[in-house]
Amino acid sequence: MDSLLRSEKMTLCQMFLQSEAAYTCVSELGELGLVQFRDLNPDVNAFQRKFVNEIRRCEEMERKLRFLEKEINKDGIPMLNTGDNPDAPAAREMIDLETTFEKLENEMKEVNSNSEALKRNFLELTELKHILRKTQTFFDEALFHHQALHDPSMTEERIGLLGDEQTVRPGQTMRLGFVAGVILRERIPSFEVMLWRICRGNVFLRQAEIDSPMEDPVTGDNVHKSVFIIFFQGEQLKARIKKICEGYRATLYPCPETQTERREMAIGVMTRIEDLNTVLGQTQDHRHRVLVAAAKNIKVWFIKVRKIKAIYHTLNMFNLDVTQKCLIAECWCPVSDLDRIQHALRRGTERSGSSVPCIINRMQTHMVPPTYNRCNKFTQGFQNIVDAYGVAAYREVNPAPFTCITFPFLFAVMFGDMGHGLIMFLFALFLVVKEKSLESKRNSNEIFRTFFGGRYIILLMGAFSVYTGFMYNDIFSKPLNFFGSQWAVTHGDPHYSIEELYRNEKIGFDPNQTFLGSPYPMGIDPIWQFAFNKIAFTNSLKMKMSVILGVSQMFFGIALSYFNHRYFNKPLNLIFDFIPMIIFLFCMFGYLIILLFVKWIKYSPSQSHDAPSLLIGLIDMFLFNYAKYVSPGSPVRDDQKQFIYNGQQGFQSFLVVLAVLCVPWMMLGKPLYIRYMKKYGQRADFQMVPQDEEEEEEVMFTTSPNVVSPTNYSFNDGKFKHQPLSVNSGDLLGGGGSEEVVHNLESNGALHTEEAVEEEHVDLSEIFIHQAIHTIEFCLGCISHTASYLRLWALSLAHAQLSEVLWTLVFRIGFGLPKTYGSIILFFIFQIWAGMTVLILVLMEGLSAFLHALRLHWVEFQSKFYDGSGHMFTPFSFSHIIDGGLDE
Amino acid sequence: MACLGPKCSLYYMLISIWGIIMLALMGIFFQIRSIALFEDIKVDEKEWAMANFSKSYVQEKYEDNAINCWIAAGIYLVLFAWSFFQYKLNARQNYEMS
Repeated sequence: MDSLLRSEKMTLCQMFLQSEAAYTCVSELGELGLVQFRDLNPDVNAFQRKFVNEIRRCEEMERKLRFLEKEINKDGIPMLNTGDNPDAPAAREMIDLETTFEKLENEMKEVNSNSEALKRNFLELTELKHILRKTQTFFDEALFHHQALHDPSMTEERIGLLGDEQTVRPGQTMRLGFVAGVILRERIPSFEVMLWRICRGNVFLRQAEIDSPMEDPVTGDNVHKSVFIIFFQGEQLKARIKKICEGYRATLYPCPETQTERREMAIGVMTRIEDLNTVLGQTQDHRHRVLVAAAKNIKVWFIKVRKIKAIYHTLNMFNLDVTQKCLIAECWCPVSDLDRIQHALRRGTERSGSSVPCIINRMQTHMVPPTYNRCNKFTQGFQNIVDAYGVAAYREVNPAPFTCITFPFLFAVMFGDMGHGLIMFLFALFLVVKEKSLESKRNSNEIFRTFFGGRYIILLMGAFSVYTGFMYNDIFSKPLNFFGSQWAVTHGDPHYSIEELYRNEKIGFDPNQTFLGSPYPMGIDPIWQFAFNKIAFTNSLKMKMSVILGVSQMFFGIALSYFNHRYFNKPLNLIFDFIPMIIFLFCMFGYLIILLFVKWIKYSPSQSHDAPSLLIGLIDMFLFNYAKYVSPGSPVRDDQKQFIYNGQQGFQSFLVVLAVLCVPWMMLGKPLYIRYMKKYGQRADFQMVPQDEEEEEEVMFTTSPNVVSPTNYSFNDGKFKHQPLSVNSGDLLGGGGSEEVVHNLESNGALHTEEAVEEEHVDLSEIFIHQAIHTIEFCLGCISHTASYLRLWALSLAHAQLSEVLWTLVFRIGFGLPKTYGSIILFFIFQIWAGMTVLILVLMEGLSAFLHALRLHWVEFQSKFYDGSGHMFTPFSFSHIIDGGLDE
Repeated sequence: MACLGPKCSLYYMLISIWGIIMLALMGIFFQIRSIALFEDIKVDEKEWAMANFSKSYVQEKYEDNAINCWIAAGIYLVLFAWSFFQYKLNARQNYEMS
């Protein structure tokens, strides 16, 4: 029970770990996940720590693994995620892992560079192949031109040999050189223009597109290229063209001049391509085999490396003993788990084969322990809601267990509709039932994960909404008549005859004549759906309900503050805060709630016109405005009001005076008392009040700084300060029994908050100001928070109206249509209506109701007792590290 | 042949389950002439006056709506069967792919 209400009892422990056993011990503790280590060398630079080398090695391994992972992803090989959790490997296994990764990485790199070279080669050959193929057509065309211009038998050579000056000239003009190459397709236009300009139109460019895209060997992208061939005349032009080609990153290939040579070359190229293909295939196969083998293990490797890194990182936080024989760690851990921690340490020592056991030793501290609330998967969501506002101070009352019920309930008050609640419930039920399989899938969608994390909250919210929907008698804004309406018109009643109906648009039902006497058993009578004044009726009901719920929750909050004051032994707060708070709230709104119930119970339908207006009554009460009131039972004129009971005036005046008196009580009581006690020096005996029984021998907290006198720290007070330690472990071993774990329960007293230390130095005027602010905040808060709870009514009204509007404006279109096509239209209208219901009414309205419920808890409820100034217990745990690693 | 994607078929499956249940129930409520649905049958005052405010006019309206609801529920049943088939098809294709 105690652990449900408050966070776990924590203790600061010191561990002496033999240097050879330290690694295994920490790994065991990491598996356990119950220990939060303190950094004992916070001023030491990360590079000057002891295990910086090991961490570097781990990071190097991680880099290699990431490289491998990238390669595996590139090949689209599925990585096996068995979800198993290997133990942290032994320290010597690290070398094995390192060599494995090194080998793999080198192999990968080699394969990659080889395949890149091969691919480049392949690309060149394919380009050449394409050139040979495409240029053939160009040459054919050129040949055709040639023949058209010249006598086919008169080739240039022959003319030259014959020395015929007449024919040499035209022949020489036709002695064309050419270059052939490949260029990126998108560069062609500007390439052409550049050639034309620089060579003044003296070149002839032909180009053809290569149909199939080529693979770039470096990036692996597909690129489109074109083959070109340029005919020109003379060496100068050739040089220029070559420069331009270079500038455009075109690759030029040697192309033989004669057709036979070209054919031979083409055949050679083809065979080489085939050879290359087989080699490439083999390289790919090899790469694939290596990667598949790596993919099987890569997740496990990742986990292993992360664990090693985490262990060394933790070891870096430890202090070295003077003798270098053991490491000294300080950690926070829950008192109730000390046995398990000891077990883990023993296991770790055994595993390492060390003969000297590790020692864990509780120690005194002035520091505030971290807050650790044990949660299961059900309460975790609610704990998160509370923690989002502020982590509870150590051992403060934890509102999360109450939130488990009040949060979904307040949500449901605003979201009351059976249909919408059912949709929400079913959705959450699906998430809960499929919990295991959905969790293992690790969906990366953030919205889905949010819903999944809050599945139990949503489940309860849905279930509670069904309940409140039943109370409001709303299912998709329609009422259900389960028990039969309690309003009936007796047949032949002259007030409600057909003639009356003809005469009037609306008929008012007089409750005296038509109400059957006993109310509808549960919820709102369905007849109200047709009532003209339905909203007025539900408004009054819902407003009263929200005031009742709100004020009770505030009372509950103040009641919880009682447990805090008791626990932290602050009787001053009890007398000067808690009691006046309760009285103040009761005088104002507690009384109002009583009147509400009185009004509901006391007035029968026949007396209904005598029922007082409570709000005006409340205002009159504070203004002492009783002039227009008459005693109960006497006849009432129009401008008069009736008292509810005899002596109401006196009692109400008493309440008001009491409430007003509470203000100075709260504001001045505590500071004046402190001042008095300071003057006469009797504070100590007041504060030394013993703890309540459940605390047994342990005195955890005291407010008084006097208690924290050095005498209470008889045991090793001097030694266990929180500077980097230099404790002689031999002393401790001698003192505490050599092999046993040292416990010192008897000196477990007087932990105290930093607040308490401060309090001593706080000026008296500051106490006055603080208390005044606190008082004003509370008194104004009482009123504004009660008003704030009216949002329960407002949102529930909005929700009911919105769903009714959706039904009237959308769904109703589908009804009342002729039989022929009516069903088809109904079919489509239903889809639209259903979609809008889910999107607007369930999702949007649900979100807004959720936020309002959140606010009511954070501001209106928790402000009454919750400090929220603690810090979270973050244990060293492998499961956190692995989860975090996968999220990255 | 899968015409619908896996998400789309799931959506239609869900909405048709809802449609079948809700429209069938509403058909029943119309059939028993639930007063809560009186405003939904769209009684035309003039027509009703022509029918001399007879009960049978309203009854007929109720019954028409009931039948419409059931037919629409039937259409949803067909839609459900089809989308279920599509869903299975998608699932099998997915399985074969992997």
